[in-house]
Amino acid sequence: MSITGIEAASQEAAAGESALDTGAAKIQGRSQWQLTWRRLRQDKVAMAALVVILVIVLLAIFAPVFVSFTHHPPNIAYPNTGEDAAGNPVAPGTNGFWLGTDGTGRDLFIRILYGARISLFVGFFTTFVGVVAGLAVGLMAGYFGGFVDTVLARFTDAVLAFPYIVLALALAVVLGPSLTVIIGVISFFSWAAIARIVRGQTLSIKEKEYIEAARSLGAGPFRIMIFDILPNLLAPVLVLATLYIPTAIVFEATLSYLGLGIQPPTASWGNILADAQNFYSTSWWYVVFPALVLLITTLAFNLLGDGVRDAMDPRTERVFAAGRGRRGRKGREKRQVLAEDGSDAAHAAPYVPPAEGS
Amino acid sequence: MAILGFLVRRILTGIVVVWLVATGAFFLFFARPVATVAHQLAGRAATPQVINEVISNLGLNQPIMVQYWHFLDGLLHGNLGYSYYNQEAVTTMLKQDLPPTISLVVGGVILWLVVGLTVGIISATRARSLFDRTSSVAVLIGLSMPVFVIGELLILIVFVPLQQHGITWINTGYAGISQGVLTWMGHMILPWITLATVQAAVYTRLMRGQLLDTMGEDYIRTARSKGLSERRVTFKHGVRSALTPVVSQLGVDVGQLLGGVVVVEAVFGLGGLGQVSVEAIDTDNLPVIIGFVIIAAAFVVAANIVVDLLYALLDPRVRIA
Repeated sequence: MSITGIEAASQEAAAGESALDTGAAKIQGRSQWQLTWRRLRQDKVAMAALVVILVIVLLAIFAPVFVSFTHHPPNIAYPNTGEDAAGNPVAPGTNGFWLGTDGTGRDLFIRILYGARISLFVGFFTTFVGVVAGLAVGLMAGYFGGFVDTVLARFTDAVLAFPYIVLALALAVVLGPSLTVIIGVISFFSWAAIARIVRGQTLSIKEKEYIEAARSLGAGPFRIMIFDILPNLLAPVLVLATLYIPTAIVFEATLSYLGLGIQPPTASWGNILADAQNFYSTSWWYVVFPALVLLITTLAFNLLGDGVRDAMDPRTERVFAAGRGRRGRKGREKRQVLAEDGSDAAHAAPYVPPAEGS
Repeated sequence: MAILGFLVRRILTGIVVVWLVATGAFFLFFARPVATVAHQLAGRAATPQVINEVISNLGLNQPIMVQYWHFLDGLLHGNLGYSYYNQEAVTTMLKQDLPPTISLVVGGVILWLVVGLTVGIISATRARSLFDRTSSVAVLIGLSMPVFVIGELLILIVFVPLQQHGITWINTGYAGISQGVLTWMGHMILPWITLATVQAAVYTRLMRGQLLDTMGEDYIRTARSKGLSERRVTFKHGVRSALTPVVSQLGVDVGQLLGGVVVVEAVFGLGGLGQVSVEAIDTDNLPVIIGFVIIAAAFVVAANIVVDLLYALLDPRVRIA
């Protein structure tokens, strides 16, 4: 474990660590990540959310397998079996269409699965870009300070306040709407919030003694940023990233819904829902299923993100399993009560978990 | 005087920002070769002659800096150029679409602030009550809902069944206030709810957290020990100070609000600035989109100035500087 790791662990889990030290020797070597994972596993809601996400990811990956079951490729219309006499979509369960069909007689279930591929890809990819760019900008602004900081921080504020739809509109009309444009636009807006937090953290970390020590040993600014500051930032950034994924998914769906993103016939949750608009009164499933999948996905990521945040920071406590963030002092007074009835495992600092493999 | 100086400075920087955005938008015109644009306008079967005619009609054959000069000159005179298709002035087009957008923004913002702040305050003063827990779940679901999904579900669950039962007061599309306030509200009520839901969730969460933190401060204890009623302590001492971060969040959200407006207008077919701009993409009507971008920038800048002023009014510690 690196020096910085110990530093972070001692900061984040001071209470827990000291309690563990006096406990069994076996547990001493646990890193902050192991502690976090342990706390996260106690969190039923977050674990359920994780399972839901894994299921959706698997469904997306194995979408072609489902095609071989249903024999309905995503972009093929079935005017005979997939539409009723009036030319409207058929209901779920009819003619082997598990969730019914869409406006042109295509398999809705298969199209939702293929839409998941786009949504998840955009969500993960743009978040990755945002994390890398946000870390770079935030570290530089915070570490160098002065003129660099002023320029980067102003730029960050400008991006945060910029209406994304307006930029998407402008780019879509100039470059033509496409997956690349969507990824570009979402990435462009993804880094700013991360950069702002990273900058703040960097400002305080760079004043610590061990940074001075590194500098006196002759380490250059980039070495210090990457090896001495960065590891301390991974925890908050991980939380932000988990919470940004659903934002990016909603972003993609919204742009595709407006016709600025993924173009038909390629399926995306946004453009499926846009097409569904003409069938409100005849085909409820056409709106409800894609909307539900979109909602479940974003909700799962939000719940997981909140769970990770709570697991990272043992000081937070929750109203109930799905409860929100940090409480005021008034709330903290009630902590005892909660710890006693065992509903708040994240708080039982001296909790020594049974010696199971993690 | 301090306020006057602040206003002048902010307005000047605001003008610079709008100018920068306008310049950026202007150069978008030239991201594609001029011939491609003309070709699209003139149609597939256009002869080179017709294309040249289109180019010179639109003034696209002049040097860029000359066109830029005309563009800036027009901008200063409140002229955003002309539609590629019917030569209608963009300002006239956008002016026609202003009423639905303004109706949506004003009603939506009022609804979101009233609901968000009220629920947030009640949740904080009754932390852990059934109300608090219910609203926490609602907030989480609200936060995870894309705006257009809320709109579509409202249409499916409220609008369609009501129509089928012959109740037509709640409607889609836009009806001007001149057709009667009730009719207008019937058309706007679903769009308002749609626009307000996600934002109300954000503000409920923010208000609850802030108020809980504030109510733990020492001066609140002092106020209580003076014998003030709990209501007075909460509103006069607690809410007022908890509002400051809420107002600064408002400044950030103005930009997001515009995005919401575009989506809601599209879902309910309200017309309005956003919907017209999205439709302009299909027809490659660049002047309309550039006009919208500039108006959007001006709106964000103006709203941020107002938010900063509010901020200073609310919190005497904030110095306008």
